[in-house]
Amino acid sequence: MKNLGGVKLPHNKNTANSETVDFGLPKTIVIPMAQAMGAVPNLFLKRDDKVLKGQIIGNADAFMSAPIHSPVSGDVIDISDYLNPNGSHCKAVTIRPDGLQTLFETVKPPEITDKKSFILAVRDSGLTGLGGAAFPTHVKFSYDETKTPIDTLIINGAECEPYITADNRCFLEDTDDIIDGIKLCMKYLNIKRCIISIEDNKAEAIALMREKTADMKAVEVKVLPSLYPQGAEKVIIYKSTGRIVMEGELPANAGVLVLNVSTVSFISKYCKTGIPLTSKRLTLDGSAIKKNRGNYNVLIGTPISELLEFGGAEDVKTILYGGPMMGVPLYSPEQPVLKSTNAILAFDTDISDSKNTGGVSACIRCGSCTRACPLNLLPMRFETAYKTKDAKMLKKLKLSLCMNCGCCSFACPAHRPLAEINQLAKDFLRNAKI
Amino acid sequence: MNTGNLIVTPSPHITGKRSTKGVMLGVIIALIPAAVAGCIIFGWRAALVLIVTIVSAVIFEALWNIIIKRKQTVGDVSAVLTGLLLGMNLSSTVPLYIPVIGAFAAIVIVKQLFGGLGQNFANPAISARIILAVCFAAQMGSFAEPVVNFLKFDAVTAPTPLVAGYLIDGTDKILPFTFSDMLLGTTGGSIGETCALALIIGAVGLMIFKIITPTIPISYIGTVFVLTLIYTGSIDESIYYTLAGGLLLGAFFMATDYTTSPLTERGKLIFGIGCGLITFVIRFFTKMPEGVSFSILLMNLLTPLIDDIILTHPLGAKPKEVSK
Repeated sequence: MKNLGGVKLPHNKNTANSETVDFGLPKTIVIPMAQAMGAVPNLFLKRDDKVLKGQIIGNADAFMSAPIHSPVSGDVIDISDYLNPNGSHCKAVTIRPDGLQTLFETVKPPEITDKKSFILAVRDSGLTGLGGAAFPTHVKFSYDETKTPIDTLIINGAECEPYITADNRCFLEDTDDIIDGIKLCMKYLNIKRCIISIEDNKAEAIALMREKTADMKAVEVKVLPSLYPQGAEKVIIYKSTGRIVMEGELPANAGVLVLNVSTVSFISKYCKTGIPLTSKRLTLDGSAIKKNRGNYNVLIGTPISELLEFGGAEDVKTILYGGPMMGVPLYSPEQPVLKSTNAILAFDTDISDSKNTGGVSACIRCGSCTRACPLNLLPMRFETAYKTKDAKMLKKLKLSLCMNCGCCSFACPAHRPLAEINQLAKDFLRNAKI
Repeated sequence: MNTGNLIVTPSPHITGKRSTKGVMLGVIIALIPAAVAGCIIFGWRAALVLIVTIVSAVIFEALWNIIIKRKQTVGDVSAVLTGLLLGMNLSSTVPLYIPVIGAFAAIVIVKQLFGGLGQNFANPAISARIILAVCFAAQMGSFAEPVVNFLKFDAVTAPTPLVAGYLIDGTDKILPFTFSDMLLGTTGGSIGETCALALIIGAVGLMIFKIITPTIPISYIGTVFVLTLIYTGSIDESIYYTLAGGLLLGAFFMATDYTTSPLTERGKLIFGIGCGLITFVIRFFTKMPEGVSFSILLMNLLTPLIDDIILTHPLGAKPKEVSK
């Protein structure tokens, strides 16, 4: 097996031992419709409507889409336009919780008899990949068994981003749900083998999963080195099975299905209770969080400002959805917790300052970026090809394989914004005529 | 809570600790054992040459930036490194205007005229050494006797291992220097090239701290060694030729210059083998005793071509399209 590069990061897993606590009801809930890949759900509510917990408040006809449920019972106080971090707009609903948390009448455990009803149940649950990419899980499950048979289920427990410990807590606290979820997926999707892949900095989780799966022949616990980005889909597939997801193909083409550990544990919980995806375990950490750093079970839609207040944050310069390598920065503390949020990191210093120490200097062609690239691409050549608008060269250099993990930018001694340029180049290539 | 203006930047939001200056400093530190050894072996005059070269390289870099109204780049210490490398490639006996002219050639002509750091197509120190060797053949070709006393300086000329080895190319060969002479550097030669042990210590440091990969040095030195072995049929002679002259200094510290060597490891392999081949041919089949400088310069010129042809194999790239 090839060495895939990557970068060693400071782990900063400060909250690894902090047990998950319910964050409770916020004063208001803001739910934007665009929370997952695929079609944006249509909002079913209008001002002054009453909603109940678990009620579907947004859905789309498209298959590649996941419904959105209300996390609380209460009143709709506003419907507004919402600016997504990627610059697009969607509708958002603001709900004032009534504190009763009355369940909607259809909330009950789903009836699952076969693959079809299983996939339907997963769609109804509103589940999207909880690792961060927010890909609707039922779409992953709907592969064509005759064309791309899947024989291996990989449970992604790498959690390779610094600070985040939510998946680690999931292993320790939801162990039985994880096992049940794996069993459900293997049974209804007819998958023979399961590999639970965990980075070696989570010794407790590894030991616990080994113990719990000792009598399951089809399940194997795989220990990965703590080297970013072990949790990237292509990397974890290669490191767990030796298989390579080819350009333009899906993991299913390599016979693999990858689910985040939180995703698989949610599937089991949903099948038992019927409560859709309305809350999220997340890590609250970062230098601006002066107290109460830890893991919390937070209702989706909770404004980040409530979390920051709880964390005693006074001076905040940067807030991230997710980790410092691939996390998305917030433009306002009033933005809410989303389905895909696995951490809220707030910093009182400009962490990107390190980018500017000594400023960006000329590329000295040292090759650090290509050695750091887990896919063995040539980031510094993307940069020159993008600057000369050489679409043909960008294609030849396999720009489309780049997964924006950020290793190149991290490793560059000249602090060139290579990952950013890769994204710009991808956009250029999409619109270029070759 | 004060959340005034939040900073929104594209990911990643953190960067590594390594900087261009750090990389340059690393190479300078790795060169120090050999530079110090040179000063001990050839006396204070060697230290004077090194200082003059470094100081003039830094001054030319600073002046250039002032004249051309660019941001001052002296702080990245790349000019110090170029000056040090050039100085180590000079004889301790050279008149002091030679290092000044050499520093001008390296910094202004080879580096800055082509755009400065990262833009030059040839290694500045190597090119300057060649320019000096052509312009001042006599001064550049005479080397001091190794006195092994920093306080002394002896202008008595001494043969270098390559010149000496070249001269006794007869039937019954007796190698003119012992291996311990060559490891410790008590032979004639440029200031920084004679002490093989110090060069190896520095190079191992560079590899441990991952400032260079071993591909170029191993393929370069390996090629010279193997070809010499095939040609002479003698292991002793192959080791002798490997330790002699500027091969180690060139292979570890000059051929590995980032800007002028290929990006990919496979490209580096071709580069190293090419350097080895040219060095061997020049050493054994031309009138010149040494070929390291020319071999590196020639391969510098081929680097853009190698980079054009040799790409990486990205994980998941379809093989058919790679060759297209």
